[in-house]
Amino acid sequence: MAQHTNSGNPNVDLAYRRKKNAEDMKHQVISFALMIFLTLVAFFAIGYDKFSPWFSVPFILLLAIVQVGFQLYYFMHMSHKGHELPALFLYSGVFVAFLTIWAFMTIVWW
Amino acid sequence: MHVEEKLTAETFPASPEKATLEGKNKFLGFWFFLGGETVLFASLFATFLALRDRTAGGPSSDELFKMSIVFIATMLLLTSSLTSVYAMYHMKNFDFKKMQLWLGITVLLGAAFLGLEIYEFYEYVHEGLTFSTSAFASAFYTLVGTHGAHVAFGLLWILTLMIRNAKRGLDLYNAPKFYVASLYWHFIDVVWVFIFTVVYLMGMVG
Amino acid sequence: MSTVARKKSLIWDYLTTVDHKKIAILYLIAGGLFFIMGGIEALFIRIQLAVPNNDFVSAGLYNEILTMHGTTMIFLAAMPLVFAMMNAVVPIQIGARDVAFPFLNSLGFWLFFFGGLFLNLSWFLGGAPDAGWTSYASLSLESPGHGIDFYVLGLQISGLGTLIGGINFLVTIVNMRAPGMTYMRMPLFTWTTFVASALILFAFPPLTVGLIFLMMDRLFGGNFFDPALGGNTIIWEHLFWIFGHPEVYILVLPAFGIFSEIISTFSKKRLFGYSSMVFATVLIGFLGFMVWAHHMFTVGMGPIANAIFAVATMAIAVPTGIKIFNWLFTMWGGSIRFTTPMLYAVGFIPSFVMGGVTGVMNATAAADYQYHDSYFVVAHFHYVIVGGVVFALLAGAHYWWPKMFGKMLSEKLGKVTFWLFFIGFHLTFFIQHFLGLMGMPRRVFTYLPGQGWETGNLISTIGAFFMAAGTIVLLVNIVITTVKGKKAEADAWGDGRTLEWAVSSPAPEYNFAQTPLVRGLDALWVEKMEGKKGLTPAEPLGDIHMPNPSFLPFVISLGLFISALGFMYHNDHSWGLMVGIVGLLITFGAMFLRSVIDDHGYHIHKEEIIEAEKKGAKA
Repeated sequence: MAQHTNSGNPNVDLAYRRKKNAEDMKHQVISFALMIFLTLVAFFAIGYDKFSPWFSVPFILLLAIVQVGFQLYYFMHMSHKGHELPALFLYSGVFVAFLTIWAFMTIVWW
Repeated sequence: MHVEEKLTAETFPASPEKATLEGKNKFLGFWFFLGGETVLFASLFATFLALRDRTAGGPSSDELFKMSIVFIATMLLLTSSLTSVYAMYHMKNFDFKKMQLWLGITVLLGAAFLGLEIYEFYEYVHEGLTFSTSAFASAFYTLVGTHGAHVAFGLLWILTLMIRNAKRGLDLYNAPKFYVASLYWHFIDVVWVFIFTVVYLMGMVG
Repeated sequence: MSTVARKKSLIWDYLTTVDHKKIAILYLIAGGLFFIMGGIEALFIRIQLAVPNNDFVSAGLYNEILTMHGTTMIFLAAMPLVFAMMNAVVPIQIGARDVAFPFLNSLGFWLFFFGGLFLNLSWFLGGAPDAGWTSYASLSLESPGHGIDFYVLGLQISGLGTLIGGINFLVTIVNMRAPGMTYMRMPLFTWTTFVASALILFAFPPLTVGLIFLMMDRLFGGNFFDPALGGNTIIWEHLFWIFGHPEVYILVLPAFGIFSEIISTFSKKRLFGYSSMVFATVLIGFLGFMVWAHHMFTVGMGPIANAIFAVATMAIAVPTGIKIFNWLFTMWGGSIRFTTPMLYAVGFIPSFVMGGVTGVMNATAAADYQYHDSYFVVAHFHYVIVGGVVFALLAGAHYWWPKMFGKMLSEKLGKVTFWLFFIGFHLTFFIQHFLGLMGMPRRVFTYLPGQGWETGNLISTIGAFFMAAGTIVLLVNIVITTVKGKKAEADAWGDGRTLEWAVSSPAPEYNFAQTPLVRGLDALWVEKMEGKKGLTPAEPLGDIHMPNPSFLPFVISLGLFISALGFMYHNDHSWGLMVGIVGLLITFGAMFLRSVIDDHGYHIHKEEIIEAEKKGAKA
């Protein structure tokens, strides 16, 4: 069915797939290392009192967004094909989420 | 191919989670659900942001938060996200035992995270921040508590899957279930990234 | 095996069914009952307001009736009736044998049902909610008794069901389409169902969160909306309308879809501007999320926010206008048959346009300060909801009745219903525009004489009785049809264009003996034009896989119902907490069973299908 086998020999395909899976796994370990690093930087940026909040707040938000990108695209495989509709609906959710948070931060004030 | 057919590493498809129509439906339906969850948590975050300075004389976030606990909890949950990736890696390679092992580690890390969170709430209550202290308190406990409830549900879910399929091994009936559970687990981590950033770190700088 | 599975009592069959066509019937019956209850509440409202200084009901009871009328009509009548149409038609329209998640589909129904039941229990347990269907926190936190708690928990349960139903339709439409059924060949009702389901997915979570907050504040000592402890009641308003405005489109988009099908069928023409219709549907869905605060112009968000939301709101008139013109152009030059559904469609266009025009008037933020909370607004949203949604549901019920039940409703009685309802509708609500402009505020339980409101209110009340009479005629029609109605053909109206008219009426439980090959927009019409009687099959005849029925959806929903009762009383009675926890255990236990018991479904064998198809063809 959805088996994308090219050669007739299942063992060759298996070897190929295993290699591909291992490669994916390598990317995932690298993104994990980066995520840990970003987390450390974020905690550090807040702990370091020479930064003004005007710098550190947008900075850690940016780090969070980058880190979530790693989660979505590597850990949750959104970079793989067949994720067009998941991406569409996730980003639609993000759009509504953004509007909601924006509204609550600007027009809810007393 | 029939969903319960006994498969080998050779006959196991490259994307077992999407090899059957049922699997495809689960996969897509669950992603859509995560789209809805995004909005659910956004509403909680939005409310928290609107109310985070409304302490009504009670403790405020920078007086209260214990960053060491938060840091350890973050590391635990991030690592559990990686271990569930390992579990899915072994699922794709049709290595059921290793998948179970890594799922087991994921559950342990998740349980440790949940334990820390309960301890943290317990501490805060003792320092005078109960659910009813202020609007900030309600918003904080509801946002972080909803995430914690998701963690607890995820733990029970993964455990149920592990025990139910322990003797059966991998097939195309349960592969989508494992895959979807791991998606859920990653999503919990995504939410936590924003919680430790927006609630805790931003709470420290005001 | 399948023959064994089918030999059950009728009630047990419906309690456990996962068949989308039977779930449609359940939605239709439950939604219809709630529609009648909401209608009776409306009559009480109109009787009370018929003359000044009336004391037909007390002020407090009036508030309860008014709240329950709005809540019931939106959540327990319009929503499930829309879901009835979707369930009855959409899977067949896309050439599918089933929905993507038959179990969840059934769960969605039972959650809605128990939620609605819970809400209406309030009448017998100390009084219904009385803070309006919007239940603004500043008011609802102060409401004594448990009325508001019934509202909060009941809507929470039924909202969960709606969310599940929405996801089911999204996946069904994406994954279950027959070969050749591309997105741009989907019938418009399927398209509107798709967009409405997406709106459900994103609009219901804010409601869930708002209801959680209100529940926390009322039952568990939360302070989200209590200003004394830093809370803010405006948060409820925002969350409610972030849900509430898309909700309007969740209801009205499927209504547009129903009319698109009907107008095209009875004009014997392809829908004019199909792609622009699809585009307009998606655009309305998108814009629908950026306009919620137009319900809150008078809150004091400031001129910039008001201006932004005003402009965004007016923008929605553009795609809606596109649709109106496309319907008109579909009829233009068509060979029109004025059947009952078509009468509703033709009546809908001017009625809905009026609702749209007053909508743009309300969207003008500065002018809205005058209209706000007056009968002008009441008139506006009834023109949209009744003139749009209810007309569509009545039209759809007449149109698809043969497909759902296998018998044609009487056209004669159908037309009587239409005229009574149509005239009654305009009598009731047209005059309310002017009552509003003359200063009559909404939600008042009575008024003093001498303000020039007497005649208008009396006319309005008379109109309401016309609508009631129309509904009674419809019920009579249903009874007569059920007893001695004419058996419907597969293509019941003779001019069917879409796939549902290719299968027998009612459809067999597997829908299609062979999955069809779709060769164009209006797939059945394409085949008809080539002189063929049936569809082109995409597969050989073979065994068909079917899902097993299950009682668990009922149990899961019942658990939440019990749990809600327990938690509601946990501050008054010591048993409350216990009952609440037991209810949750029932729910989670049933979910656990669902998880650990394998359910692979069963097969209907080829021979049985051949047998069933022969029978269907003979009858």
